[in-house]
Amino acid sequence: MMNFKKPRIELTQNSILKNILKSRYPQTAIVTFLLGGFLVAILTGLLGTPVGNRNFGIVFVWIVWWAVLILIAVPFFGRGWCGVCPIPMIGDWLQRGWIIQPVQRGLRSMNLRFPKRFRNMWLQNFAFILVALFSPVILTTPSVTSLVLIGMVIAAVGLSLVFERRAFCRYVCPVGGFIGVYSQASPLELRVKDKGYCAVCIEKPCYNGSEKGAACPWGVFPAGLTKNTYCGLCLECLRSCANDNLSLNLRGFSSDLNHPSARLDEAYKAFIMLGSVLAYAYVFMGTNGWVKNAAYQAFSLEWLLYVVAFLFITLLFLPGLYWLFNLPFSGIRPAGESGNKKAIFSAVRKRLPKKAFSALSAPIIPLGLMGWIAFSLSFLFTNANYVLITLSDPLGFGWDLFGSASLPWKPYLSEWLPLLQVTILAIGLAWSSRIARNIAPQQGVSPRGIFLYGFVITSLMLWVLL
Amino acid sequence: MNSSKNVWSKAINLGVWLLGIAAIVWLPFMSNRAQSPELRTFDIRANRYAYSPSQLAVRPGDIVQIRLTSEDVVHGLYIDGYGVSVSAEPGKSSIVTFIAGKSGSFRIRCNVPCGNMHPFMLGKLLVGGNVSLWQGMIALLLGVFAATTLSHHPTEPQQSTIQIGGKWS
Repeated sequence: MMNFKKPRIELTQNSILKNILKSRYPQTAIVTFLLGGFLVAILTGLLGTPVGNRNFGIVFVWIVWWAVLILIAVPFFGRGWCGVCPIPMIGDWLQRGWIIQPVQRGLRSMNLRFPKRFRNMWLQNFAFILVALFSPVILTTPSVTSLVLIGMVIAAVGLSLVFERRAFCRYVCPVGGFIGVYSQASPLELRVKDKGYCAVCIEKPCYNGSEKGAACPWGVFPAGLTKNTYCGLCLECLRSCANDNLSLNLRGFSSDLNHPSARLDEAYKAFIMLGSVLAYAYVFMGTNGWVKNAAYQAFSLEWLLYVVAFLFITLLFLPGLYWLFNLPFSGIRPAGESGNKKAIFSAVRKRLPKKAFSALSAPIIPLGLMGWIAFSLSFLFTNANYVLITLSDPLGFGWDLFGSASLPWKPYLSEWLPLLQVTILAIGLAWSSRIARNIAPQQGVSPRGIFLYGFVITSLMLWVLL
Repeated sequence: MNSSKNVWSKAINLGVWLLGIAAIVWLPFMSNRAQSPELRTFDIRANRYAYSPSQLAVRPGDIVQIRLTSEDVVHGLYIDGYGVSVSAEPGKSSIVTFIAGKSGSFRIRCNVPCGNMHPFMLGKLLVGGNVSLWQGMIALLLGVFAATTLSHHPTEPQQSTIQIGGKWS
C-alpha cells in the first residue's frame, strides 16, 4: 500500500462523484462549452472594437479566465484547468477518432515520439518568455490576443497529428508549464491506490489505452506519479483501469513540494514565473510611464532594452541571487580552501551543485504563486465591471443586450486591496519558509538563505504593489 | 531544564507576536500625528500612459489641490479610497481639491479610456508616508517567524516508484 506521510481523503470513494468523473459526458460538455466561449473570444477579438477593455475577447480571456485560473483553478485544483482546456481538444479528437465512446479506428496521427532533447520543460519556458515579452501588446490588443489563441490551437492540432499523445500540452504550451509546476502546491492529486496491482498488470490500459479509455494523453504511467506536474487530470486512467486502482485525493497543500525533484528546467520555470510577476507588477502596476511605453512598443529600441532587462532578471539575476543567498548556508567557506580563484569556484560549485540547487527551488513555487495572486487581484478589482459592460456589448458596437453596456467604470474594494495583498504575500512567504525548513536539510543546506531571499523578493513585490 | 526552556521559548514567541502586532496597529497613529494642515498644490501633466509627477506625498489633513493638464488625448484622474475624480481635454487643465483625510498609499488611475495601456496608467498618492508598506513588511517578518517557529515535522522520502519504458513522470 502507498505510504502517505499525511492523510489523504479519497474523493472517489464517493460513488456519485466517482460516476460523474468516470463518465465522459460532463467533461465533454464543459469542454464544448469552453470551446464555444473560446471561439466567441477569438471572433470578437478579430471583429470587435480595438479598444481592449470594451472587447469581450480581451475582458474574458485576460480578466475572467485569468482570474479563475490563477485565483481558483491552479491553487485549489492544480491541473484541473488542463482537464477541461479547449485548446488541445480538437487535436485530441482528431488523433483518437472518437469523442465520447472509445472505438478502435486507429490513430489519425503519424504518432511519432517527441524529440528526446525536447522532452522537458525548456520549450515551455521559452514559449512563456516569448508570450511574456509581448504581453503588454497581447493583453491589450484584441486582434493580437485572437491571433495568439489561433496560433495555440493550430500548434496543438498540428503537433497532435505528427506526434503521439498531447505533445503540445506536455512540452510546448506556455500556460501548461507553469500550471504544472504550481499544481504541486494544490490539494488535489490523482494517484494509484496500490502500486502492487500496477506492477503485475500486464496490459497497462492506463498508459496504453483500452476499450474503456484513451491511452494517457500526457504520456504518464500513473504508478510512477510522485507529483502533479505532468498529470493533466484528464481522468482517462480512472476510466480505463480494469482494477479500479486510481483515486482522486484531497491532501494538504504543497505535499509534492516536500519531496522536490531535481530538474533544472522545472527550477527555471519557477524562477521565470517569479521574475515575470515582479516585472509585470512593475510594468503594469507601477507608476513609471517610460517602462510602460517601452514594454508596449514592440521591436522599438526601448522595447529591446526592456527585453534585455526582463531576460536578465528572470534568467540570471533571480536564480543567481538565490544561489548566492544559499551559498553561505551550504557549509562552504569559499576563500578558505585555496587561494586559486578557479579552485575556489570549483569548490563552491561542488558544494551547491546543479541538482541541489534545482531541488532547493521548491520554496520559490509558493512565493511565485502567491505573488501572481496578489498581482492579479490588482487588475481584477479595478477592471471587474468591464465584464458586465462587455457582456452587454461584446463587440463594442454600441449594443446593450443586458442593459449594462453603459455602466460607469468603477473600481471595487480598492480600499481593502492593500490589506488583501499584504496578507496573501505574507502567507506566500510563510508557506515558502515552511517548505524551505522541510527541504533545505535534505540538501545539506540551512534554510536561512531561503528565508532571507524570500523576504527580500516579497518586500520588493510589496513595494511595487503598494 | 527542558520545561523552563520551553517556557522561555514560548514567552519569546509571544513577545515577538505582540510586538509585531503592536507595531502594525501603532504605525497609522504615528503617521496621523496632529499637524497644522497646509494647502498643497500639484500640477500634474498626463500623457499616454503616465502622470508627471507620478507620486504625490502629503500629510494627513492637508488640503490637496491638483491641476490636471492633458498633453495628448483626454485623460482622467481618479484616486482610490477618496473617490476623487477629474478629467482634462487635450491641451486643457482641470482642477480638483480635496482634504487628505485618510492616511496610507492610494492609487491614482486614469478613468477615461485613453488607449490600449489605459488600464495601467497609474500614479500614487501617499498620505503620511507609505504606512501600508511598513505594515506589510512587519507582516512579512511575522510570516517568516511563524513558519520557522511553529512545530516542525521533517518529511521522509516517499517510496520508490514503478516506471515502464523510461521516465514517464
